[in-house]
Parts: sequence; structure tokens; C-alpha cells
Amino acid sequence: MTRKTLIIVRHPPHGSSWAREGIEVVLVGGALGVPVDVLFDGDGIFCLLQGQEAGALGQKGTLPMLKAFPMYDIDTVLVSRPALEARGLKADALAIDGDVVEPRDCLAHYHSILTF
Amino acid sequence: MNYTLVVYGAPYSTQASHSALRLAEALPAQGHRVTTVFFYHDGVHNGSSLMQPPQDEPHLLTRWRALHADQQCELLVCVAAAVKRGIHDASEATRHGHEAHALEAPFELTGVGQLLVASQHSDRTVTFAP
Repeated sequence: MTRKTLIIVRHPPHGSSWAREGIEVVLVGGALGVPVDVLFDGDGIFCLLQGQEAGALGQKGTLPMLKAFPMYDIDTVLVSRPALEARGLKADALAIDGDVVEPRDCLAHYHSILTF
Repeated sequence: MNYTLVVYGAPYSTQASHSALRLAEALPAQGHRVTTVFFYHDGVHNGSSLMQPPQDEPHLLTRWRALHADQQCELLVCVAAAVKRGIHDASEATRHGHEAHALEAPFELTGVGQLLVASQHSDRTVTFAP
């Protein structure tokens, strides 16, 4: 059985390096052929909104990294339904395609989970 | 069981390093061991051999080294997260033109891919965040 890792991004794209350093783990997993899926939950779903640019602090934007997911063979992007609903967001507001899910139904499928 | 511990918290700033060490040190008594400790995010500062806590506080660097000696675990530090925070080993320091370096064996600079590999090969992965 393939041991799959889930990366959960819970932080927004600006204000800290959490989201960037988490998304980097996703891309590295893809580049190395290690099976990883990614879940955006909590404020992490703000990473998925369209029209983001570099922040005032000179941090690079994270959206180009997300758009590179298909190139890195990251096929499964999960988006938390409760997180969307709590913030009044609809899936069609998101800049990349994802599967809207209940996080609690997904976690047991993974050998390990890394949270950012 | 084999454990991978992931440390995101900086030493002396949050409880993360202390808690990770306490779990790691307690595992052998239960028949388990740590195979890898991976330092990422602000956790890379745990690898600084220049840390000098007051004498009446736990010396985290000494305890990481003892953990490595006791359980032969890897102490892996993400190179990208470390170098941008000023935690170089001798070869990275030379490569970037710095005269000083902070990271020495048994800590090793490595790519974040090693975190995924270690986690895949471990029975359990436990994260210690700030």
C-alpha cells in the first residue's frame, strides 16, 4: 500500500511564512515523486483566492506556486467546505480547481499529516 | 515503533523544542525510538551551535546532541529554511562568502524532501509547532 502524506495549509498567504513553507513541501513532494495531497483549511483557503500579488512586506506571492501544481503532478487539491462557508466564499471564487470536502472525512486516508 | 519528530518552533521562544525533546527522551522506555528529527520553519534555530542559555535553564543543544548519541537519530535541518535565517554549516557559509557558521554535526543541512521520506518510513510523525 502506498503511504501517502497530506499537507494541510491553515495560514493565509501573507503575514507569516507558514503558507509558503507549507506549499514548498507540497512542490518538493511532487518533484521527488513522493505521494502528497494538499488540503487548504481555515484561513489557508485565502491562499486560493484570485488576484493576489506580492505583499507590502516584499514577500513573494504564493499563487504562482499553486498554479504550478499540475506541472509537479499534484493532482489532488482539497478545499475545506466548512472553511469556505465560514468565510462566505464559493468554490468558483478560487483561482485553482479543488475538491471541496469535509476535512474530517479525509484525514484517515493518510499515513502522515504535516500541518502548516 | 519508529518516530519522526518535526520541530517548527525556535528554541527558548516557544514550548515546541522542549516538548519534542521530552517525548523523544521518553520513547525508549516504552520500546520505541526516534529515527529522525526534522527542523523546519523557525525550528532551524535549534541547530545553532552558538546558542548559550543561562546556566539555570535547560541546554537544548546539549540535549539534542545527547538524543543523537543515545538513539542514533538523524538531526536534519532544512537547508532553505536555515540558510535564509542565517543558520549555515561550514560549506554553505563558504559558498555564500560568510566567515562564520553556526551549524555543526550531528546536525545536518538537507532538503525538505527528506522530511517527506522520513515521514513515509516512520510509523508515526509528530509535529511540534509554536
